[in-house]
Amino acid sequence: MDRLLNIVAGMSILLIGLVFFAIRRAHIRVEYSVSWLSAALVMLILSQWQWALLQFAQFLGVNNAPFALLLIILSLFVIVFFRFSVIISDLKDANIALTQKLAIIEYQLQHVQEKHSPPDPS
Amino acid sequence: MIKPNGPEALMILIPAYNEGGSIRRVVAEARMIVPDVPILVIDDCSTDDTRTEAITAGADVISVPYHLGLGGCVQAGYRFAYDAGFHYVIRIDGDGQHDPRFIPLLFKRLRESRVQMVIGSRYLNGKVAATSFARGIGIWFFRQVLRLILDKEVHDPTSGFVGVSRQALEVFARSFPLEYPEIEALVVLQRRQFQFVEVPVVMRARMAGQSTITALRSFYYVLHVLLGVVVNILKYEGKRRKV
Repeated sequence: MDRLLNIVAGMSILLIGLVFFAIRRAHIRVEYSVSWLSAALVMLILSQWQWALLQFAQFLGVNNAPFALLLIILSLFVIVFFRFSVIISDLKDANIALTQKLAIIEYQLQHVQEKHSPPDPS
Repeated sequence: MIKPNGPEALMILIPAYNEGGSIRRVVAEARMIVPDVPILVIDDCSTDDTRTEAITAGADVISVPYHLGLGGCVQAGYRFAYDAGFHYVIRIDGDGQHDPRFIPLLFKRLRESRVQMVIGSRYLNGKVAATSFARGIGIWFFRQVLRLILDKEVHDPTSGFVGVSRQALEVFARSFPLEYPEIEALVVLQRRQFQFVEVPVVMRARMAGQSTITALRSFYYVLHVLLGVVVNILKYEGKRRKV
């Protein structure tokens, strides 16, 4: 059990490190890194605080503490993925609206330019 | 730039994606039938000469910078028409399936019946053009689903030959289904207690190109539209952002 918990702790630290690295390089925005950091922190705490993990396992009615930990990790990732699906949907809606507006403005601009361009001397 | 030419101005909207083989004839036919009505083609980032062909035929063209799909493309047209002040929009497809000779009929019903939407239905006059088996099953299935939701028979729920009033334009300019929009649009109208009628039209074979709804895609189509219908029934729009 200890080996599994240590692996989870190692993965959590790796995830936290990756997220900070991505923030530093501006590969991820701070507001979107919060979900990943929260998930990694919960994983790290539960993997190292066995009393809390056992309480959770008992609460879930699971005899096997590592199984409870995997269940929690899975749930965390489902929540994070769902949150990102919501964000992506929002971005897609905004993207479509912007694209439509851009196309309409481009069309209007083209006609304004044609109206104000000097007549062809030929 | 096209502008409304009267208090009850009509605009013809033609969404087109790679319809270079047919768009010139479609626009020319429409111009012959309704010469004073502005025609707007929304070019959905075609990779062929759709834009040039449409302009040559006398249409105005709005080109979207990336491929939005049918719904996004039609919505761009509705958005433009609503902002420009048009009162009615009749949409025909760029592949030539919708015979422009029926445009006056749709417009007459739209104005006289005061409903928000008129659908050109190929199943009302008995002269049904050949359709694939999968599409036939899909249409039958959605007729049953829509009968339950709308409490009314829709003979041709997948028809894209539609006319809409300014009230419907206002709604569709803000919210319009992206993929396979025809059936979901009916549910959007129902939510606002808008009315629609069907008028008999004859649909032709495509002048060029191939339908996007192939046999393989039919299953996905049914699932997608069914889910879209359910989502539109349950949709909460109280806190919807204005985009």
